[in-house]
Amino acid sequence: MSTQRLPRRQSATRTVLILGALAFIAFFLVLPLVAVFAEALGKGFAAYGAALVDPDAVSAIKLTLLVAAISVPLNLIFGICAAWAVAKFDFRGKSVLVTLIDLPFSISPVVAGLVYVLLFGAQGWFGPWLVEHGVRIIFAVPGIVLATILVTFPFVARELIPLMQEQGRVDEEAALALGASGFKTFLRVTLPNIRWGLLYGVLLCNARAMGEFGAVSVVSGHLRGLTNTMPLQVEILYNEYNFAAAFAVASLLALLALVTLVLKTSLEWKFGYSHGSAR
Amino acid sequence: MEIALSSQLQMQAALEPPRPRHRRNRKSIIPGFGLTMGFTLAWLSLIVLIPLSALFLRAAGLGWSEFLAVGFSPRAMAAYRISFGTALAAAVVNAGFGLLTAWVFVRYEFPDKRLLNAMIDLPFALPTAVAGIALTALYSPNGWVGQFLAPLGIKVAYTPIGITIALIFIGLPFIVRSVEPVLADLSLDVEEAALSLGARPRQVFLRVILPAITPALLTGFALALARGIGEYGSVIFIAGNMPFKSEIAPLLIVTELEQFEYPAATAIATVVLLASFAMLFLINAIQAWSRRKANP
Repeated sequence: MSTQRLPRRQSATRTVLILGALAFIAFFLVLPLVAVFAEALGKGFAAYGAALVDPDAVSAIKLTLLVAAISVPLNLIFGICAAWAVAKFDFRGKSVLVTLIDLPFSISPVVAGLVYVLLFGAQGWFGPWLVEHGVRIIFAVPGIVLATILVTFPFVARELIPLMQEQGRVDEEAALALGASGFKTFLRVTLPNIRWGLLYGVLLCNARAMGEFGAVSVVSGHLRGLTNTMPLQVEILYNEYNFAAAFAVASLLALLALVTLVLKTSLEWKFGYSHGSAR
Repeated sequence: MEIALSSQLQMQAALEPPRPRHRRNRKSIIPGFGLTMGFTLAWLSLIVLIPLSALFLRAAGLGWSEFLAVGFSPRAMAAYRISFGTALAAAVVNAGFGLLTAWVFVRYEFPDKRLLNAMIDLPFALPTAVAGIALTALYSPNGWVGQFLAPLGIKVAYTPIGITIALIFIGLPFIVRSVEPVLADLSLDVEEAALSLGARPRQVFLRVILPAITPALLTGFALALARGIGEYGSVIFIAGNMPFKSEIAPLLIVTELEQFEYPAATAIATVVLLASFAMLFLINAIQAWSRRKANP
């Protein structure tokens, strides 16, 4: 962008604006991130390490990984199917479908958790039936998985739909005309075309799945060592005034966020992959 | 620019009808419509539509008088006021500083620009609970920032100001990422023409640039507002959570639920959900308006 074409007296304004924006970023974005690591290491590396190998922390880490390992692949399959149906075919109500797929982004996380309590909780529609058959969904792992799937629902689909629509149908039609099967066409033609978008969507989906707090908090019941994910463990430790341990677990989640940002940014820089805002 | 368009705009553009030389309903030779569409609709219904209708049916089951009594109780009204008020305040602050940040990133060159630009997405990637405890640690009376504010008599943590700070953190990327691509697409010619015709820089900004980016700014504003109204994790640590003073609506839902007050939780959740839908509708209306403005 050529700024030198603008009048020179604007250079003072420019400096003020740049410093203003940088101060805002430093104060509101960088400072909280630094605070997480500073507080986590505030009582030394030994305390930090001890907080991370605490059995409750370990089981929270395991549960978080398990929940992401179930919910991300399911939403990945859904995202591919939705994008295939929307991008490769014409049908009525397409824009309604796309709006509905986007819907979970506008729902408060607490409401996302609550709807499952109303369905599967003890007082919910299916509650009595579930109790009779000894199936626990709310205050158990299945509820956490369901709530996580709901809040991460659109991530893969919303990356793939615009991307696949932009790419059109010509490549697939050529492969099919040359005799490739439908599945082979997807594997050899479509998948290589959408791989960066797919990775991008999975990355954001995973970050949200591992970091989700509100929705999971409503359905989890906060049973230590059983239904606590990492963000919930952070809350429990914090509310017990065990700040160093809370920030130690939080620092792992902050690292996850940083890794996500680095991978996401390198996808954008290296492959020129452009994307929309990740809500 | 690495970010071409807000993806909603992208999606809408891609949904425009096919060019006229294609016949509208040509039969596709591509297979898998039944399978993929079937799975899409089934998954959408199971995960999103049926659970959401459960909420509305539960709310409808309450009947009008009970719904109004528990959904608009004095405590609930106070919670809505705090939620909407702080979300609005944060979105206003973000509209200003987000526009400034987008402007600086698009128009100026400075060291580490790309790295700093990547940082803008931190609030999307950082789990809300982590943001919440970090901000509380910073702004509590003995925190890094709070200790300088406390002698001045400014209490941030455990007040609505703290809630607003958390929502500024959460909402910033929405404004920047909405405005940035539109600002980058603006051609400098018009500005230069205005300047050469004797307009002052301030006039150029108000008369030339601002009208062009208003739809994007409004979209970002509405997205940040919608997110702020429903936000929970980053707020509850810094809020103090005093009923009538610093209790947000999503927290009140959780509180009612924990006390097994299902009718109240359902009614308040319905109000919050309807507010979200209203925001979604508003965002779509803004984008339809800006498309009409772009190609009349």
